[in-house]
Amino acid sequence: MAGKQKHTRTKNQLKMGEVKVLGSWSSPYGLRVQWALGLKSVEYEYIDEDLLNKSQMLLKYNPVHKKIPVLVHNGKPIAESAVILEYIEETWPQPHPLLPKDPYERAMVRFWINFLDNKDKVAPFITFFIGVGEEHKKAVNEAKELLKLYEEQVLGEKKYFGGEEIGMLDLAMGWMAYFGVIEEIVDVKILDAETFPRLHAWIQNFRAHPVIKNNLPDHDRLLQNYTEKRQRFLAYSPHTENA
Amino acid sequence: MAVVKLFGAWLSPYVFRVIWALKLKGIPYEYIEEDLSNKSPLLLQYNPIHKKVPVLVHDGKPICESTVILRYIDEIWPQNPLLPADPYDRAVALFWIKFADDKSPIIAKLYRTEGEEQQVVVKEWLEMLEAMEEHALIGGKKFFGGDEINMVDIAFCMVAHWLGVIEDAAGLKVFEPYKFPRVSSWIQNFKSVPVIKDNLPDTDKIVAYLKRRKEMLLTSKSN
Repeated sequence: MAGKQKHTRTKNQLKMGEVKVLGSWSSPYGLRVQWALGLKSVEYEYIDEDLLNKSQMLLKYNPVHKKIPVLVHNGKPIAESAVILEYIEETWPQPHPLLPKDPYERAMVRFWINFLDNKDKVAPFITFFIGVGEEHKKAVNEAKELLKLYEEQVLGEKKYFGGEEIGMLDLAMGWMAYFGVIEEIVDVKILDAETFPRLHAWIQNFRAHPVIKNNLPDHDRLLQNYTEKRQRFLAYSPHTENA
Repeated sequence: MAVVKLFGAWLSPYVFRVIWALKLKGIPYEYIEEDLSNKSPLLLQYNPIHKKVPVLVHDGKPICESTVILRYIDEIWPQNPLLPADPYDRAVALFWIKFADDKSPIIAKLYRTEGEEQQVVVKEWLEMLEAMEEHALIGGKKFFGGDEINMVDIAFCMVAHWLGVIEDAAGLKVFEPYKFPRVSSWIQNFKSVPVIKDNLPDTDKIVAYLKRRKEMLLTSKSN
């Protein structure tokens, strides 16, 4: 088994070419790409972008959106994390395939990635982080409904969203792996073990995988950085209830 | 032979995307027209999450979301491929399909909003056209797919047909052909393709429908 893995690793090294990832230390969209490359043993150069001061490289490689992540393979850039994941899967199918073989099951994965990346489905979690008052209460309810959907209909009884192994949908759900920091800062728990036992178990399993474990944003840095971020938003928010 | 059913609505660009793909590949299907103000129990059963059209049912299994459906169709029936074979070119195509998907819903706001709100929507729409003109259509190709249309061309159907319709309904002029020569050329080319030309919803019917809806919206606002 070890011999087989070694052969595949060499194959990927030969096929690798030059791989760069432009990302941001705390962005789940960038991390998806890093996790995918890590799971497939593809070596890459990581370039951290300061999103308040974007590099010329980023602007050149993603002129339409000017966003991370961008994957650059042999000088050719690809933007949009979901698109990058599909490219990675096609270019380096082994080891660790990220999509099922069956076209119908693949359609289901694509459907759910589309769903959870939709800005209406992301918004409640953002408002949970920076909202106040009624807006916040509404966001908490919406977020819980989404989590219930993910727990019951998408994850179900499986260990991972991808089944026995981490798949593309797990990577897309990866933001949940460090959502606890957000809850800590807001001082409200919504993704609790009692209400969402399966998601909770998934988070533990996901975080424990060596590739994921070695590529998670530092807890203390997240705590400090995001606390500051939240304070800035609250200071400028028209809805802040001033003491 | 497995049965293919398509649940659709006569004016939806997302439904037409699927119709075109099925016809380009020569796949027979049963079409079921949905009244969106009175959705059938079958539709709700097949698409409980979004309760929308299109829904493709293949072999009894439902698939929702037009882009997900298109990719499924392309995988199951590989004749007349709708995506490039080269992985990089494919990634570029998927990028533009996602772009079209993200921007297309904006168009509905053109006839739903007025005044300043509408101006914001117009600006967003113009930015979308600029991105198409400056980034997507460079290279002098006839279609996004080269000499034949592919999934990217299909994804931009909103720009090709529904934009003009909505401009008529809203009494607005957003798209000026001389400002977007490449987009303009592409629209002409796209609408000349027989499968597209022969399968477009009636413009007058949509305009009348949208005008009625706008009136209903205004009436309910003032009540």
